[in-house]
Amino acid sequence: MADLLTIKNLRIEATAYPPGEAPRHLVLVDDVSVSVQKGRVLGLIGESGAGKSTIGLAAMSYGRGGVRLTGGQVLLNGRDIRAEGAAGLRALRGREVTYVAQSAAAAFNPAKRLMAQVIETSLLHKLMTKQQAEARAVELFRKLGLPEPETFGRRYPHQVSGGQLQRAMTAMALCPKPDLVIFDEPTTALDVTTQIDVLAAIKEAIRDTGVAAIYITHDLAVVAQVADDILVLRHGKAVEYGATDQIISAPKQDYTQALVSVRRIDHAEKTGDAPILRAQDIAARYHGTNFDVLQDVTVDVAAGQTLAIVGESGSGKSTLARVITGLLPARAGKITFDGRTLSPELASRSKDDLRQVQMIYQMADTAMNPRQTVGTIIGRPLEFYFGLKGEAKRARVQELLDQIEMGAGFENRYPAELSGGQKQRVCIARALAAKPKLILCDEVTSALDPLVADGILKLLLNLQAQEGVAYVFITHDLATVKAIADKIAVMYRGKVVRYGQKSDVLAPPFDDYTDLLLSSVPEMKTGWLEAVLKTRRMESAGN
Amino acid sequence: MRIPLSALIGLVMTGLFVLSALFAPWIAPYPIDAAVGQVWEGPSAQYWLGTDTIGRDILSRLIYGGSVTIFVALVSSLLSFGMGAFFGFLAATRGGWIDTGLSRIVDLMMAVPSLIVALVVLSVLPLNLTVLILVMGVLDSTRVFRLSRAVAADIAVMDYVEAAKLRGEGQGWIIFREILPNAMSPLVAEFGMRFIFAVLFISTLSFLGLGIQPPLSDWGGMVRENKDGLVYGKAAALMPALAIAVLAISVNLVADWILQRTSSLKGGRGG
Amino acid sequence: MHPLIKLVAQRIALGLILLLAVSVVIFLGVEMLPGDTAQAILGQSATAESLANLRESLGLNQSATTRYFNWLGHALQGDLGKALTNQQDIAHAIGQRLGNTLFLAACAGIIAVPMAITLGLIAARYNGRWPDKAISGVTLAMISLPEFVAAYFVIFLLTQVIPILQPVSMVFPGMGLFEKLHAVALPVIVLVMVVLAHMMRMTRAAILNVMQSAYIETAELKGLSPMQVIWRHAMPNAVAPIISVVVINLAYLVVGVVVVEVVFSYNALGQYLVDHVAKRDLPVVQAVGIIFAAVYIGLNILADLIGIIANPRLRHPK
Repeated sequence: MADLLTIKNLRIEATAYPPGEAPRHLVLVDDVSVSVQKGRVLGLIGESGAGKSTIGLAAMSYGRGGVRLTGGQVLLNGRDIRAEGAAGLRALRGREVTYVAQSAAAAFNPAKRLMAQVIETSLLHKLMTKQQAEARAVELFRKLGLPEPETFGRRYPHQVSGGQLQRAMTAMALCPKPDLVIFDEPTTALDVTTQIDVLAAIKEAIRDTGVAAIYITHDLAVVAQVADDILVLRHGKAVEYGATDQIISAPKQDYTQALVSVRRIDHAEKTGDAPILRAQDIAARYHGTNFDVLQDVTVDVAAGQTLAIVGESGSGKSTLARVITGLLPARAGKITFDGRTLSPELASRSKDDLRQVQMIYQMADTAMNPRQTVGTIIGRPLEFYFGLKGEAKRARVQELLDQIEMGAGFENRYPAELSGGQKQRVCIARALAAKPKLILCDEVTSALDPLVADGILKLLLNLQAQEGVAYVFITHDLATVKAIADKIAVMYRGKVVRYGQKSDVLAPPFDDYTDLLLSSVPEMKTGWLEAVLKTRRMESAGN
Repeated sequence: MRIPLSALIGLVMTGLFVLSALFAPWIAPYPIDAAVGQVWEGPSAQYWLGTDTIGRDILSRLIYGGSVTIFVALVSSLLSFGMGAFFGFLAATRGGWIDTGLSRIVDLMMAVPSLIVALVVLSVLPLNLTVLILVMGVLDSTRVFRLSRAVAADIAVMDYVEAAKLRGEGQGWIIFREILPNAMSPLVAEFGMRFIFAVLFISTLSFLGLGIQPPLSDWGGMVRENKDGLVYGKAAALMPALAIAVLAISVNLVADWILQRTSSLKGGRGG
Repeated sequence: MHPLIKLVAQRIALGLILLLAVSVVIFLGVEMLPGDTAQAILGQSATAESLANLRESLGLNQSATTRYFNWLGHALQGDLGKALTNQQDIAHAIGQRLGNTLFLAACAGIIAVPMAITLGLIAARYNGRWPDKAISGVTLAMISLPEFVAAYFVIFLLTQVIPILQPVSMVFPGMGLFEKLHAVALPVIVLVMVVLAHMMRMTRAAILNVMQSAYIETAELKGLSPMQVIWRHAMPNAVAPIISVVVINLAYLVVGVVVVEVVFSYNALGQYLVDHVAKRDLPVVQAVGIIFAAVYIGLNILADLIGIIANPRLRHPK
């Protein structure tokens, strides 16, 4: 079959202009070749900085900021689009190739109605009349499962939900009947139960319209559901390229194998023991509201064990962490720690109470003072809680750096000079420096690439074994939960809907929400999406 | 560190102005108040910038006038900066009614242009240096208040500040070790802007005859003294005007550069 | 009620309260300052008898609150009292001068607004390239100049170097429009310079801010030309900030006008104010000060209202 899109030896470069510094030259993509046939879907996968979005946009000969295509060929329908002038590029953008962005909320113009934006391309390129375009848009809205497809287009972007916007963006991309659609992380910003619906809608739309697509994501399990072929990228270079089945079940390269086996950490569940922390009948609300964001929450965790609190955005899981720390005093209920009752307010807790409960944040970037060195950041709790100074402090900082596997030479660096994983490790060391009995981990791996996240999880498990510290692990990611939890609390709209030992919580029979949540997490195998959708259809038919 | 050309020019010019203001009596070729030449002489080897409306040497008066302008502007901007930053930080870290109260007062003060408020106030108060400095300093502190409150409030919600609170750190550590180091650069750049504003403000007041009073004289007053000469083609009034412009632009270039360095630090090194 | 109407009503009410508070400050705050008003007016050489007489005529023996409410009541009926220095009716003196001031400001506004927007668009379109650098450099220099300095440079240039205009601007009742325009040419040029620089820089910033949004990239990827992107996608979002910028700078014009009127001996409100500050004629200063404050507050409210009305989130609530 003739290729729709052929990329040969593509090289993409950029010049970054940091203000007040010398310009830096970067090679974003180096010698990548790949092709897409009519009606097929190519998955581009890699960590942040792998160059996957850059390659996707290169299919439209578009470079963000100072990004330039400097070598190789991009052949679309047989002609090299790198040779096209500005007018030629405008003629193909939106007609032959369209684009679905990661954040539809930002990618839609807030000042215009959805319908006007969805049909704009079709009218611009004179592909159909306004009536035809609107009819096609409505049909696509219906196919994508949007509510009230007839009138949906009259709304403004801020009037619909995130998941709906992402579908509307897909409709916008499909409306002009392009040959190729670029999906750039279309489900990454969505909750897992929303992601599965959008994913299914996109997949169905691709199949029904017979359009070819490039699907860009960092999540191999997601791309396995929609792609026919997969190109694995790392640092702008191709690592492995093959059919989806082969990549998932028989990866040849070490890096691909690592990606496939990500989150398969073995961790024996621990049971028993008296709780070190117990939160009982907690209710909480934010200042100036009259609605409880937490209602009757009761959970506990034993010394040296891990309680995972899992839920989607708005479930109240992070609020629970703020209540435990005392940042948001509970309205009702009590928190006992190590046999004594903790004051609900941060200000009236003793220094030792504060030392015993430490916290690690999602964004390590903002959790460290950019003007302090790693040595100061880790050293401060040593000084503050234990009065360590001078050589004793320095020796202990080094010990902690060794524990987080970072070694010598880091104490004089600033946070901006560390990688994402290293930053999070420093935050862990800072928490550990206080010799706490409990560490609250708030989405600590969510902002990290999968392999880096795995490293952090393994480190946390090792530290737990060494130090006997308990974790309250807050996350939306069930794979993480399975990897490290001993106990699980599933939260939904401010309530704990399921709670117990991991083996019990993850075993049927399930309540409706847990069932939905568990079955929505993409699994690293092809055909998973169809299987889930089929089961759900059968269940709803059975009801 | 690489200093861009524009900032270098700004630094050198600002330095020259400050030095000539500091050493005015030693540098100035003629006494400030002596009519040494004819009325409105053009520039010559004897009087580099010519003479003024009653035959005084313009260069000498510029040098003395500069020390008055720079002194008044510096003291009033220090005052506005100190007051504004103190209350701004207080509002941002304390919150609650202190924040609300201070913010409402500032809203009220900023609801009317500073020049109009100054004119109203100066119609009652005696016109002397202390009053001028106080009025300018207090009026301008509102802008510093808004900026430092916004900067501190942005930093106060950062996770690292929360981490310090969770550790049990006191107010002192949080303000001076966590917030202030991160707020410094925008505040320093703002100080430059406030200084320029003070120079323009005192010059304008003096030009209107409501600022520095004789026998002292500043650049704005000099423009006022010599403005009538322009009609006869005498450029004497333009010399102090030029001095104001050059000083303002020089400080502006430095402040711009400091602001840019701030944003590049935020962007991170390497990484 | 539509939430938009509620917001607009709230904003207007807030503005009125602010104006009232400002009038209290200008009236009472001034009296709380150290120093005796009567002494300040008459000077150190005043006799005890003349001081007492003046206090009596100013009503200084009554409580400040009583005087404020008396003043406010009269002011609302258009009676601003009499000037201390010449016993003229203040409202009458202001009426005519206010017209002159508005004429000057309107002329400057009509020229400055379209120029600022055009230059701002050009600078934003060529962001970082030479047209942008040239425009931005010149305007940076211009905002570093106080109004009177700019004024004398312009006067020297246009009356001495290229002598085409008169350095003094007199307008009289009964002058023809063209005559008037010719008379105010110089002050208008100065005001335009001063306001243009601020307005253009803020316009450029507003457009650049919109141009960095993700939906601009979406539009480019649809195959729209640069001008289509600007008109269809950037403009609907940039109009509100730009209008807001324009209005805020018109408020700034209020201050510029005071100084420029003095420079050109233009007989209008700003000149009137400055004269009477020097004469320490408090009732005049208070009245004119409140008029300037009212214009400034009014324009700022207008800018806020435009921002509220232009926001699709507020116009079309969920």
